[in-house]
Amino acid sequence: MAIVMDADRMSRTLARIAHEILERHRGLDGLALIGIRARGVPIAARLAGQLRALTGTDVPTGTLDITLYRDDLMRHAVGPQPVIRRTEINFSIDDRLILLVDDVLYTGRTIRAALDALIDFGRPRAIQLVVLVDRGHRELPIRADYVGRNIPTSRQQSVQVRLTEIDGRDEVEVEG
Amino acid sequence: MTAATTLHSRHLLGIADLEPPEIELVLETALAMKEIGTRPIKKVPTLRGRTIINLFFEPSTRTRMSFELAEKRLSADTLGMTTSGSSAAKGETLADTARTLEAMAPDMIVMRHGASGAPHQLARICRASIINAGDGMHEHPTQALLDALTMLERKRRLAGLQVAIIGDLVHSRVLRSNVLLLTRMGAKVRACGPATLVPPGLDRLGVQVTTSIDAALDGADVVMMLRVQHERMSGLFLPSVREYFTFFGLTPARLERAAPDVIVMHPGPMNRGVEIDSAVADGPWSVILDQVANGVAVRMAVLYLLAGGEAEA
Repeated sequence: MAIVMDADRMSRTLARIAHEILERHRGLDGLALIGIRARGVPIAARLAGQLRALTGTDVPTGTLDITLYRDDLMRHAVGPQPVIRRTEINFSIDDRLILLVDDVLYTGRTIRAALDALIDFGRPRAIQLVVLVDRGHRELPIRADYVGRNIPTSRQQSVQVRLTEIDGRDEVEVEG
Repeated sequence: MTAATTLHSRHLLGIADLEPPEIELVLETALAMKEIGTRPIKKVPTLRGRTIINLFFEPSTRTRMSFELAEKRLSADTLGMTTSGSSAAKGETLADTARTLEAMAPDMIVMRHGASGAPHQLARICRASIINAGDGMHEHPTQALLDALTMLERKRRLAGLQVAIIGDLVHSRVLRSNVLLLTRMGAKVRACGPATLVPPGLDRLGVQVTTSIDAALDGADVVMMLRVQHERMSGLFLPSVREYFTFFGLTPARLERAAPDVIVMHPGPMNRGVEIDSAVADGPWSVILDQVANGVAVRMAVLYLLAGGEAEA
C-alpha cells in the first residue's frame, strides 16, 4: 500500500518522456501516438499536448482496443467476455513511426496483442513503446523504449495507475 | 441506464429473452465492431479455432452472407448447409439433424427455419450456442438489433422515437422482434397494414395499430417498410398488388406527413412498386444500405458475446 508516484512526479515524468521523444526524433516528422485502452489513451493525449507545447506541432493521436487480440480471450470456456471499446486510428500508419503508449508494462502480453493489432492497420516504419511504469516479470521478449519509472514488484502485488481523466486523480500505487 | 457487461444466456433465440441493458451491450459492442470493417485488413483473430455451422432451411441471401462475413471477420471456421441437397430434403427430422451436427461438436449454430420455435428445439438438443437467424413467423433478433443500431446512429437515441412499421404484419418476424426491442427501449411503435394482414393481439404488445398509412406516418421519425411475403400467403389476403400499392405503398408524397428528418428502412428484399416506391427506396431518406452494413457489425457483436459462455450467477 504505497504511493510510488504522485501527481507532481507524474507530470514531471511525462514532461521528461516528451523531451526524450523530441531528442530522438527531431521535427517529429512522421510520428504518431497510439494509446492502448484504457489508461494508455490519456497518457498519449498528455504526451501529444506536451509535444505541441514544445514544438507547436500536432502529432496525430489514436486509440487502440486490444481486446479482440488477447491471447487469453477464448481460453476460459465459461465466463463473460470483456467489453469491447472503440479503436480510433483516423490516419494511415503506413511508413510512420508509431509510439505505442500504455500505463504499465508487465508480462508483455498486452503489447504483443497491440503489435498484432497495429500490423493489421498497415506497415509502420517502426513501432516504439512508451510506458509510465515498468514493473518487470516479462513473459515475452518485449521491452520499452521510453520508461517513466522502473518499479520492482512481486507477482503478488498489483500496480494501480490512476489518471485524472478516468479516476479523478493522478497517482501510481503498489498494492499488496 | 448502464449497459450490461455480459449476456445472461448462451443462445440468442429472440429479443424476448434480452433485457434492455443486454440490448445496449450488443449495440455498444457492434459500434466497436463496425470499425473493423474500415481497416485495410478486415479481420481480427478473436474466434480462431471456433467452428460455426450456418444452417439455413429457408432461402436467404443477405442474412446468410451477413453472418458468414461476420464469422470470417472474427476468424471462425464456418461451414454452411442450405436445404437443397441436404438431408432435410431427404426427410430427416430436425431433431436428427441436430444430433448429427452435435456429434461434429460445433461451437455455434446459426439457424434459419420456416417453423417458429425450431431454434429453441435445437438449443435443447445441442451444446453449441444457437443463434436464431429467423424462425417462421416468430422472431428475427439480429434484424431487430441491426435496425436499432441504424436508428441509434441516425437519431442518437431510441427512447421516445416514433417508429412506424408498415406492411405485411402478420407474416413478419421482423415486426415481432422490432416491436419487442423498440418497446423495451422506450420507443413508440405504430403498426400499419391491411386488416387481413394484422395479427390479432398486436395492440397488447404496446403497439398502436392502424389501417391508415397516413395516420401511421404522421410525425414519424422512422418508417420501416415490411415486404409483402407472397410465399407465406396461402389464402386470399390481398385483392391485387396494385391495390396494395395504392393504399399502403410508401411514396415521396405520403412521406411528407412524417418528421422532416425521417429515415426510411426496409429489411429487404424490397418489392419496388409493391410496398415501396423506387423514389423512396433510392431517395435521401433511405438508410437501407446502412442497415446491410450494420448487419455485419451486429452479428459480429452477437457472435463475440455468445462465445464467452454463460455468466456466473
